[in-house]
Amino acid sequence: MTNNAVTDVRAGASRWTLRVVVLGYLAFLLVLPVAVILYRTFQHGLAPVVDALTSANAIHAYQVTAVVAGSAVAINTVFGVTAALLVVRHRFPGRRVLDALIDLPIAVSPVVVGLALTLVYGRTTSTGSWLAREGIQIIFSIPGMILATSFVALPLVMRAVVPVLEEIGEEQEQAAATLGANAVQRFTRITLPSIRGALAYGVVLSLARALGEFGAVAVVSGRVVGKTETASLYVLDLYNNFDQTGAYAMATSLAAVAVLSLIVSRFLRPKGSAA
Amino acid sequence: MSIKVANVSKKFGDFSALRDVSVEIPSGSLTALLGPSGGGKTTLLRVIAGLETPDEGRIEIDGVEATSLPPQRRGVGFVFQHYAAFKHMTVERNIAFGLSIRKRAKDEIKARVQELLELVHLEQFAQRYPAQLSGGQRQRMALARALAVEPKVLLLDEPFGALDAQVRKELRAWLRRLHDQVNVTTVFVTHDQEEAMEVADEIVVVADGEVKQVGSPDELYEKPASDFVMSFLGPVTTLDGKLVRPHDLELLSTAEPGAREAVVDRVTRLGFEVRVDLSTDEGAAWAQVTRATAEHLDLQPGTRIWVLPHHSRTAVPVQG
Repeated sequence: MTNNAVTDVRAGASRWTLRVVVLGYLAFLLVLPVAVILYRTFQHGLAPVVDALTSANAIHAYQVTAVVAGSAVAINTVFGVTAALLVVRHRFPGRRVLDALIDLPIAVSPVVVGLALTLVYGRTTSTGSWLAREGIQIIFSIPGMILATSFVALPLVMRAVVPVLEEIGEEQEQAAATLGANAVQRFTRITLPSIRGALAYGVVLSLARALGEFGAVAVVSGRVVGKTETASLYVLDLYNNFDQTGAYAMATSLAAVAVLSLIVSRFLRPKGSAA
Repeated sequence: MSIKVANVSKKFGDFSALRDVSVEIPSGSLTALLGPSGGGKTTLLRVIAGLETPDEGRIEIDGVEATSLPPQRRGVGFVFQHYAAFKHMTVERNIAFGLSIRKRAKDEIKARVQELLELVHLEQFAQRYPAQLSGGQRQRMALARALAVEPKVLLLDEPFGALDAQVRKELRAWLRRLHDQVNVTTVFVTHDQEEAMEVADEIVVVADGEVKQVGSPDELYEKPASDFVMSFLGPVTTLDGKLVRPHDLELLSTAEPGAREAVVDRVTRLGFEVRVDLSTDEGAAWAQVTRATAEHLDLQPGTRIWVLPHHSRTAVPVQG
């Protein structure tokens, strides 16, 4: 009895210590900075915030962000589903290499990604100058930013879809084939509805990642105010120009979108997935 | 709507799943592909459906060359062992799938689905999802879905394999009745000889990637072509160097011409029948007798008796 009581007290104590450590860690790392930003944003009331968010440069930054993030997510959705189908359903030489390569963007620093893209598509390189002669500019313009954003968010859709594809197997599609469905009908009527939840989860994660991307986009965009500046880049720009209210307002709006996407992803998360 | 399989071979890597298989399945029959696991029977069924491409050989369905046709153009209904239910669709939409692919009119689909729901006794479950059904109900739904498009042939892969014994027995009898009602050429795969004997008109024994024998259940039981077929289709024991059915051994209390002397080792009562393990001077054997016989002969371990094989009955020389 006494022994049990002592063990209980000890277990209780260690549990409490653990909680305090984790919560304290989160408080200093996450809650405090976000709270300060929120406080600073609304320190002088709502009017300056509205002004900051509706300035021409801010609206343009939002538009650039929407175009870049939207395109990158669209590209990654198509690519992610295709790559997932390829890796799960087909056996070919190099499959494992592809499977491993797709996770590379998680490990590589976004700044390195930006530099690498500049080295390949910059105006001074052979690829870049050839493209420039064709009238296509990649670096310091929207296409390069879309490329960089796609790269950093590359594995998210695929990694969300692969386990579900593996779980549902091929039998439903084969059954659909014997019932007369061709490849397109099998994909739209069987495969897509089966992976819908996981796909939506991957898309929302990609969107969150794309909205917040800074490093890679900073390198390839050239950060031309009012031209190639996304909302994330604009925040730093405002801050460096001592427009703290504007910077805090933009930061808060971005954080709000990110939190919203995470809440949505929470609902979309496939049941039983630990991701 | 006959099926003709001619000289089909199929390899998976180094493993030969089918070796030069030829078999013809007559129109309107209910045929079982029977054999041990890994013997190639499921591969054969999938080759007929177009879900596997044979390395060599041809498939003809209803007189039409089908070898290079994709599954969706073969006019086959296929029922998978694990049902392959479309999880995101209701029972009704599962059954309607093939018809909606064929762009049939809405009211025509509705009428046909209703008809099939009644056929498979799932009227109450039209709006349920597969996850809300029992195994047997899912299997019946899968069957209705396959029948909806009026296939030329119906192929079933271990249709009752994943069900418990009681449901399995019910569904067997039901499949037999259904076949007599719908009369579509049906082929089903099973490793259960009792199931094949009970349900099928014709049995194709498949093992080691080859067709071992084709015939009616009676033919196969009475005239097995090899000791393999004989031992696969029912219990066997060895006497005088021959495989015989244990129920074809008569036990006698006195010597008779042709009878072999034996000593009873063990008597096991299994309800109506009694299993008698015997030692003869050439080895062990066992006989299946009725309770009455066992009592009449007063069989005990150590009892000396004489065993008379019914030579009119099946006996196959033991090979190897």
